[in-house]
Parts: sequence; C-alpha cells; structure tokens
Amino acid sequence: MKIKQNSSDRIFSLFIYISITIVALISLYPFIYVFSMSISDPRSAASGQVFFFPVGLSGMAYERVFMNSNIWRSFYNSFWITGIGTTFMIAFTVMAAYPLSRPKFFARKFFTAMFVFTMFFWGGLIPFFQVVKSTQLYGSRWALVLPYLVETWNLIICRTFFQSLPESLFESGKIDGASDFKLMTKIALPLSKQILAVLALYYGISNWNGWFAAILFLPDSKMHPLQVFLKRVLTEAQSADAMMSYANIGTSGMLSLMQVKYAIIIVASVPIIALYPFVQKYFEKGVMIGSLKG
Amino acid sequence: MKHRTGTGKKSRFWSLCKRDWMLLAIIALPVIYYIIYKYIPMIGVLMAFQNVPRRGSFFSIFTNPWIGLENFTRFFNSPFFFRLIRNTFLLSLYSILWSFPIPIIFALMLNEVRVKKYQRTVQTISYMPYFISIVVAVGIVVNFLNPQDGIINQVLLRLGLDSINFIQDPRYFRTIYITSGIWQTYGYSAILYIAAISCIDQQLYEAARIDGASRLQQVRHITFPSIIPTIIILLILSLGNLLNVGFEKVLLLYSPSTYSVADVISTYVYRVGIVDTDFGFGTAVGMFNSIVNFAFIIIFNKIARSVSGISLW
Repeated sequence: MKIKQNSSDRIFSLFIYISITIVALISLYPFIYVFSMSISDPRSAASGQVFFFPVGLSGMAYERVFMNSNIWRSFYNSFWITGIGTTFMIAFTVMAAYPLSRPKFFARKFFTAMFVFTMFFWGGLIPFFQVVKSTQLYGSRWALVLPYLVETWNLIICRTFFQSLPESLFESGKIDGASDFKLMTKIALPLSKQILAVLALYYGISNWNGWFAAILFLPDSKMHPLQVFLKRVLTEAQSADAMMSYANIGTSGMLSLMQVKYAIIIVASVPIIALYPFVQKYFEKGVMIGSLKG
Repeated sequence: MKHRTGTGKKSRFWSLCKRDWMLLAIIALPVIYYIIYKYIPMIGVLMAFQNVPRRGSFFSIFTNPWIGLENFTRFFNSPFFFRLIRNTFLLSLYSILWSFPIPIIFALMLNEVRVKKYQRTVQTISYMPYFISIVVAVGIVVNFLNPQDGIINQVLLRLGLDSINFIQDPRYFRTIYITSGIWQTYGYSAILYIAAISCIDQQLYEAARIDGASRLQQVRHITFPSIIPTIIILLILSLGNLLNVGFEKVLLLYSPSTYSVADVISTYVYRVGIVDTDFGFGTAVGMFNSIVNFAFIIIFNKIARSVSGISLW
C-alpha cells in the first residue's frame, strides 16, 4: 500500500539515506584504502598520492610477500590449526549438546549446570596456563586446540537447535528399536546442517583469527600461525626489516614497507572475505538462535 | 521397562545409568574436557595464596608454601594499583558510554531504509569489520596512524600541520581504542537490535499512520520503546563486564610509553604472571579482577531490577 509522504517525512528519508550511506562508506573505507595501496604502483604509493583508488597498478608488494618462506609456513600452521581445531571443536560441542537436549536424559540438569557454571567463573589466565603446560601441550600446536574444545555459548546454541527438532521423529525411531547413538547419528545429525554450519563458522573464524594462544604456548616461531606472523611484521621493526631485506637494489628499492604490510593484511584476510557469502546466510541465524532463546 | 533389583536410591541411580548409558558415553569426552581445562584451573586459584616457584608445574600447588594474603597486600600496596584500577575502569566506562548507543541508533536508522536491498547491503557492510582478526584491525589502525607513512598524518601534512605520533602518545590512546572498537563492532552489535525491531507488530505502525504520525514520530513512539527491554538487558550485561576490558586489543595497541593510560589489570596480570612467571602474584591479581567483576554484575542486576523490573534473573 503506497502511503503519500508529506514533506517532513521526505526530509527524514533524505537524512536517513545520507547518514546510512556515510556510515557504510566509513566502514568500507579502510578496506578500500588498504587494498588500493597494496596494488598501487610503488612510486605513487610512496609519494602519498593514493587516497581512495589505486594509482597505477603493480603486483610488487604481493611478490615480496610470497617470496618470504615464513608466510607459507605460517599459512600452513593456520590451516592445520583451523582445520583440525574446528573439526574437534564441532565434534565435542555436538557430543556435549546432544545428550543435554534429550528431555528424558536423567543427568541432564546436572551436566547443564556443570557446563553453564563455567560461563560465570573462570580460574584465570595463570592457572589455565599452568594446566595446559602440565598436560604436556606446551610447544605443540595441539595447545591451540585441546584447551579450547568447547565454547559454552556455542554449546547452548547447539543444544537449543537439537531441542527444536520434532520429538516425534525420535519417538518413532525409538519404537523402531534405535539406540540413543543411532538416534543421534541417523536422525538428529542429518537434520543439523544449519547448526553445524553455524558452529563451523564460529569456531573456524575464531581459530583462523586466533593469535594469543599461540603467543602463550608456542615459543618456536616456526609453529606460529598467520596472525602471529602478521603481528610481528606489522608492529615490530626487526621483522619488518627482515621482510624488506629480500629486496634487490633497483626498481624494487622503491617498494615501501607500508605497501608490503598492506599486502600481507589483504592476504591474511582473504579466507575470511571468501567466506563472506556464507557468513551472511548462517551468521545472523546463529546470533538469533543464541540470543532469543539462550 | 525398568528391571529393578531393589528400590533404594542407589540402585535406582544405577538403573538410570544403565538406561541412558549411551548418552553418558557420548557426553563423557566433553565432560573430561571441562574437568581438565575449566574446573581444574579453578583449583589453581589457590596459587593466589601461595609462594609459587617460578619454574613450578601446576602440581606444585600441593607443595607450595602458604603465604595467606601476602600477594594481595603486595598488589594493594603496589605503586601501580591505583593506576591499573583507574585505567581499567575508565577505559571500560568510556567504551561503553560511546559504543553502546551507536548500534542502537544505527539499527533504528537502518530500519527506516525502505529499499530492502540497500538495507541488506549496508547491514552486511556494517559487520564486515567484525570478521577481520584483531591483529589485522590493530594493524590497520597502527599503520594508518604511522607518523611517516600513515594516511592520517599524510592528510595532516597536506593541511600544513605537524605529524603526530599517535600510537606512542598516551593522550590519544583511549580515543584510538574506543573509535576503532566502534568501527569494528557496531554492525555486529546492531544485529540483536535489528532482530528485535523486526519483531514489532506492523499494525502499530499502520495505526500510527492513520492517526497522521510522521516517520520520526513513529520511530520515537513505536520503534524505540519496543526495544527498550533489549537495550536494558544488553546494558546490564555490558556494565556487568565493566572491569573486563578488551585484553587482546590493549595488548596489541599499548606500549611502555602508554602504560600510564593503557595498562589495565588483565595486561598487568599477563606481564607479571606469564612473562615474568610470578605465578602466585599474577593469580592473586587476576582473582581480584574476577571478584570485582562478579560483584559488578550482581550490583547492576539489582539496580536494573529495582528501577525497571527487568533483569537477567
């Protein structure tokens, strides 16, 4: 139904559209600038001519980035941590959430309380650190996986999802003689693609973006994931010099460190950006399931 | 069909275990995880009352000498005590003051965008910054503010002003911290409000239109009041977390030259407890942080309940 707008409504509309557009541009601008700088011709980039769009085109910054073997090694570490970590975390979360979702499970309230309690109380960083060390994980990439297997908030979202599956399906399965295990694997899981996608998204992003655990538990820089490598290059002068020292004299002498840094930022963010279409689909659903019911 | 060998509580328990043994088996591994990595560290809190050797393992907790509240008094008497509390409190308070209203305003404004496609596009753009890692976000901030090559200083130079070393200057730390925080999180925080707004009964708007209300009036009298419960709950949660300031981000953004403003309790715990391996002292400071945090949640929940009838529990 078309409503005729009077003039104050039109001014309101105009104001809204202008403001929203400005906000959107502000959110986007850093990405655009970083990307433009990374692909601009070095002379223009170094002389401060780039403000929004790239000036001239050059792949030299990316060349420099990929020549550095540490980047490849840290990519590998990140893929290992994200792949293995996310898989284990999803598995453990589902294993914890499914029994909690069965209304007839006799120990349901006990274990729910046990898990939820940890959302309010934490031993603290140092006892946690000590425990991880004492379980012999110090120095291993498993220290970035095993101590972080279940995020209780995700557990609750997962349980809520399982609870939303129609009880009649489980009942008819029970009548057919299925065991609890079969009920989980043959009935619940095939219907759970949505929640598994949400968990994969949450844990995947958390693993890919994670850096502090690596600082805590991995003294050997060869094991460091991409974000830690990034941190060292972006904020430490010596690592930055190491990046630049691959330079030969000549045209590549013009290549500024700033461009290389921006190129690394883009490279580190590419997997997240590539996931973005999927993010839209599952992310908002996940937040809504979690908050409206949790 | 239950097969009861007796009617005592103990045998009832065991028969329930037998009935649900598979569910117990499934949940067993996660339970072990929780015990080892979430519950056992809670016992580690005892280290706060001990003199913990710097190279000790977790098990030294059984053999360390007890020193009562010495770690705590050491912290209270430390020259940094007041500074740490002030920095933590102020950083958190200013963060909430500035970054709490913005997602709300944004959600209200976005809801008024009638062209659905544009609305979806802007919303997606708005939470893009949330997904980049904190390292990338801080990396962008630090490099934009770089005194030689950063774009902000390039603009300043063009305007004839001097370049400023923002990152090393304690006067700018809070502004940088809060502004970058808003940029990164406003879109994500707005999602909850947008979801709440979408639940509003459309008939309210039709009735208002028939009564001749302008769009602005509709927002003020329908949209905004409808999300007030959501706002209050989120406000309680934010305030309850008052001393829980963004540890990783401060760690990445701060430097010794900005400690006077930027050093917060959690970063101090990290430096003292992990880097300097003073485990007992670090645990005590961390424990202090947790207790005060907990007290804040309870206090704010009570205030909210008596003022508005809405609370977390």
